Amino acid sequence: MTEPVFEVEDLHVTFPTDDGLVTAVRGVSYRLRPGEVLGIVGESGSGKSVTSLAVMGLLPATARVTGSARYRGRELLGASDSELSSIRGKNVAMIFQDPMTSLNPVYSVGYQIAEAVRAHNDVSKQAAMSRAIELLDTVRIPNAAERAASYPHELSGGMRQRVVIAIAMANDPDVIIADEPTTALDVTVQAQIMQALETAKTATGAAMVLITHDLGVIAGQADRVMVMYAGKLVEAGSAEDVFYTPRMPYTLGLLGSLPRLDQKSKQLTPIVGAPPSLINMPPGCPFTPRCPLAQPVCDEIEPPLAATTSLDHLAACHFSSELVEAKPDDVFNTEVADTKALAEFVRQTEGGP
Amino acid sequence: MSAAVEPAADVVGGAPVLSVRNLVKHFPVRSRGVLRRQIGVVHAVCDVSFDLIAGETLGLVGESGCGKTTTARVLLNLQPATGGEVHYNGTDIASLSAKQMRELRRELQIVFQDPYASLDPRLPVNEIVAEPLRIHGLYGDGGRAAVRDLLRTVGLKPEHGNRFPHEFSGGQRQRIGVARALALKPRVLVLDEPVSALDVSIQAGVLNLLEELQDELGLSYLFVSHDLSVVRHVSDRIAVMYLGRLVETGGADELFERAAHPYTQALISAIPLPDPRKERARERITVIGDVPSPVNPPSGCRFRTRCPKFAGELSESERRRCVEDQPELIVRGQGHPVACHYAAAAQLL
Repeated sequence: MTEPVFEVEDLHVTFPTDDGLVTAVRGVSYRLRPGEVLGIVGESGSGKSVTSLAVMGLLPATARVTGSARYRGRELLGASDSELSSIRGKNVAMIFQDPMTSLNPVYSVGYQIAEAVRAHNDVSKQAAMSRAIELLDTVRIPNAAERAASYPHELSGGMRQRVVIAIAMANDPDVIIADEPTTALDVTVQAQIMQALETAKTATGAAMVLITHDLGVIAGQADRVMVMYAGKLVEAGSAEDVFYTPRMPYTLGLLGSLPRLDQKSKQLTPIVGAPPSLINMPPGCPFTPRCPLAQPVCDEIEPPLAATTSLDHLAACHFSSELVEAKPDDVFNTEVADTKALAEFVRQTEGGP
Repeated sequence: MSAAVEPAADVVGGAPVLSVRNLVKHFPVRSRGVLRRQIGVVHAVCDVSFDLIAGETLGLVGESGCGKTTTARVLLNLQPATGGEVHYNGTDIASLSAKQMRELRRELQIVFQDPYASLDPRLPVNEIVAEPLRIHGLYGDGGRAAVRDLLRTVGLKPEHGNRFPHEFSGGQRQRIGVARALALKPRVLVLDEPVSALDVSIQAGVLNLLEELQDELGLSYLFVSHDLSVVRHVSDRIAVMYLGRLVETGGADELFERAAHPYTQALISAIPLPDPRKERARERITVIGDVPSPVNPPSGCRFRTRCPKFAGELSESERRRCVEDQPELIVRGQGHPVACHYAAAAQLL
């Protein structure tokens, strides 16, 4: 097997707060092979963004990060700032969710791309600027030469995100980490940005970590998929494995709660309750309170991420073997309202004033 | 299915509870100086007509800034219309006095998008749900019990009624918003992006609740959303909006299986499917650029500046028609109304 370009091992991130220790990430490990797209999917608060911020050394100083994150064997956790700066933006580039806050409002976009070029290459300002214009053109910004002089506020959200992608491409990185790159955008613009990301990937040959809550985006892009819940990986495997034969009840419920564009509507299977608080987490599986398969053992022992039928398809569930061939509505209860209360309400509505 | 024979704006299948005719909403753009002269007009909603039929869900879908929320607000007279009419059971809402409107609001209620901003943080949940009853003088002796029933109906525990909004999760707050809207036993609910702020596993619960309430109470929903998947799931009929105008309307399955407007086609094509094999095999229709400003919308067809058909398929003389001639929303041989001179149905899913 080829050497991974990027490797994360047993990453833990905790934040001390007034209410106690918030455990945002608990033991995340993954390997990114050259040129592959790894999708990390999870709902808000699952720790998917913190995972990538931690490995890039971008968390506030109060965060406690343990474990290991290596780029081609070089350890990033605990590395000095100058060492990190030589890798960040050059070998490993990041694309953030909100392009308004990741661009500097007081510099033109051309200048900001040129700045990224000059940070890692010894070239003249003119050469950097013409490279910047070339990059703007690659991400399909019309009239790139004129647009380079624009400031971020003069551009639409989609254009700004393209500028951010151009900056990420500037130094021909090996790894691009894209954190919710299309979340703030309208769908037609989202499609344009996904195209730009693909262009960036082809042009640089970089491997990509794609972090999103959108299962559709993951399905279209990712070779491998990891599902996060409450700071932990709960399922990992090829896109086909995870989407067609999920082995963790959470993944199954997530897929079942998604309305589908390509199907006549059928009953959704919501997951009852809400994700657990990450403060002082109890032992056992964090999904237990919402899980229809939960047994007493789930409250006591947290299931490890273990191989299921295939060695590449991992799931963290004591009962993953029971999910073979299961459909969401076999496992999850679709009844939503308190039927008795509803009936009473209907009776009043019909009889009342 | 009745939706297959799509009622155009003027031909109605069932009995409409709410009829919207040629609705227009303009917002003035003013200069920054002391005089604040009017220097332009935002054309937020232009000549929008549709019917909401009793017991159905009409999905109003479009991207941000297309005027869908403004349409919903003008519809309820929360903002005055610039032109056009909204008929509820035969009365024109715009012509009503404030007092008459208040009476009517018992039957027309709205659920807002943001469950964090739409609940008063200083009121306990019991009071939030009771407020509409008090305003309309219906609280009386049975009020307390009514509130408890409402909370139970939307899947909340009545014993949590003394808690404040911040103690609830987003999904629970949206349920409180639904309970409040139901308190006066309305016939029509306008749902303005009711699940957009929620995670999918939570969103599904709220959607199921809304469906069940509709089945049991016979409510009519106007469901405003930018999310096509959600809209297909909940709607009987769908109206697609672009830059203030309706571009295509039709039964939900019909619209998705035979989309005829290039914009609808681009929207459907842009949404990634959560199915790896299907998603990777799809062909994309991508639109060019961004939505133009509604202060100065393009002449003729408003979508032409981004239209892949206009850019790639049409001849010079055909294009002239798009530039000069505003396409009407009429049936053009695809079985449902489309506002495109060169409409052609396409199978995209």
